[in-house]
Amino acid sequence: MLSPEEWGIVRLSLLVGGTAMLVTLPVAFGLAWLLARGRFPGKVLLDGVVHLPLVVPPVVTGWALLLLFGPAGPIGAWLAQWFGVSVLFRWTGATIAAGVMALPLVVRAIRLSIEAVDRQLEQAARTLGAGRWRVFATITLPLCAPGVLAGLVLGFARSIGEFGATITFVSNVPGETATLPLAIYSALQRPGGEAMVWRLAGVSVGLSLIALVASEWLARRMGRGLHVL
Amino acid sequence: MSFDVSLSVRRGESRIAASFVTGPGATVLFGPSGIGKTSILQMVAGLLKPEAGHVWIAGETLFDAATQVDVPPERRRIGYVFQEARLFPHRRVAANLRYGMRPGAGDWDGVIAMLGIGHLLDRWPRTLSGGEARRVAIGRALLSDPRVLLLDEPLSSLDRARRGDILDALMSVRDRTGIPILMVTHDPDEAERIATAIVRL
Repeated sequence: MLSPEEWGIVRLSLLVGGTAMLVTLPVAFGLAWLLARGRFPGKVLLDGVVHLPLVVPPVVTGWALLLLFGPAGPIGAWLAQWFGVSVLFRWTGATIAAGVMALPLVVRAIRLSIEAVDRQLEQAARTLGAGRWRVFATITLPLCAPGVLAGLVLGFARSIGEFGATITFVSNVPGETATLPLAIYSALQRPGGEAMVWRLAGVSVGLSLIALVASEWLARRMGRGLHVL
Repeated sequence: MSFDVSLSVRRGESRIAASFVTGPGATVLFGPSGIGKTSILQMVAGLLKPEAGHVWIAGETLFDAATQVDVPPERRRIGYVFQEARLFPHRRVAANLRYGMRPGAGDWDGVIAMLGIGHLLDRWPRTLSGGEARRVAIGRALLSDPRVLLLDEPLSSLDRARRGDILDALMSVRDRTGIPILMVTHDPDEAERIATAIVRL
């Protein structure tokens, strides 16, 4: 069905999407917690900044990442000096672009799931002798877990579909940064690439559909007060 | 003295205040709905911070505005049965009951027999009737080995037969465990039947 080259593209996309979600999860959870439970000045501003990648043209986000992670950028210079690495033209860079672009979606889903946890249950747990950490680990986290997973699955699908920021930030390098959408774009430019476009597009739609169904199923469990852990 | 409580807090436009000293047995806070009885229980439990006053229970200071003592709820050892059962939906009944138990404390068999909830242990909370959930909530509070028991309208939204069951259970808690009870109700019959002392608000 798929040629070795096409399998490589699918594998790379899954690697980039999966790693992006692993890295995004702690960041997104922290931000979602702050936005759901925190009371501090500048909360509206933080909320706005988190959501920026959702509304700013992806090319602009990619360019901003280039400024940050480029050889002269603050993070790029630091990475080069201390670790001797660069994320430009590498799959790690594609992962960063995918993670940043998916962040608003993931934060939003996790935030909603934290807000949906009945705080009266947390109060009940405290009167039963549970300190804040035990309440978090045994009540809050299990109750919001389906929502967190739903957000991650949705973010994963978004990561696999990421195009604009990735191509601007780390270019379109076959085998390294050319994930499904970028490979489809290249194939479209190539005479005789039609068949490959069809196959890769089919894989993209299939993966997205699976992710959407899984995410919806998890969100429903959440809504019914069920649990997945 | 079981309870020596004097509290006040502002809630919106009105001020909620209460002051009472009572001995062992069941103390009933009695008064019309909306007067802030639940807020008083929450302040005793440490879930709502009073602006002034003190909470002394069984000779121990749990809150004192004058000396800035404010013991967090998890260290007050107060069993609180809320108006809604507030069972943890992701844990079966047995796991709910065990949640507050400490090693070597809590009379598991005794509490389960007294409340008649042995047949519910494997059920999920969402499958329980109102009366069953209420009894499990009382059991969960008792098994956390509390110094005192707070009950917020324990008979509300139950039919007549269920009310009788729960009332009997509460009276056996009062007479058999010797744990002082502080209970809130707006129903005079209920207050009369269970109270050792009544505080009118």
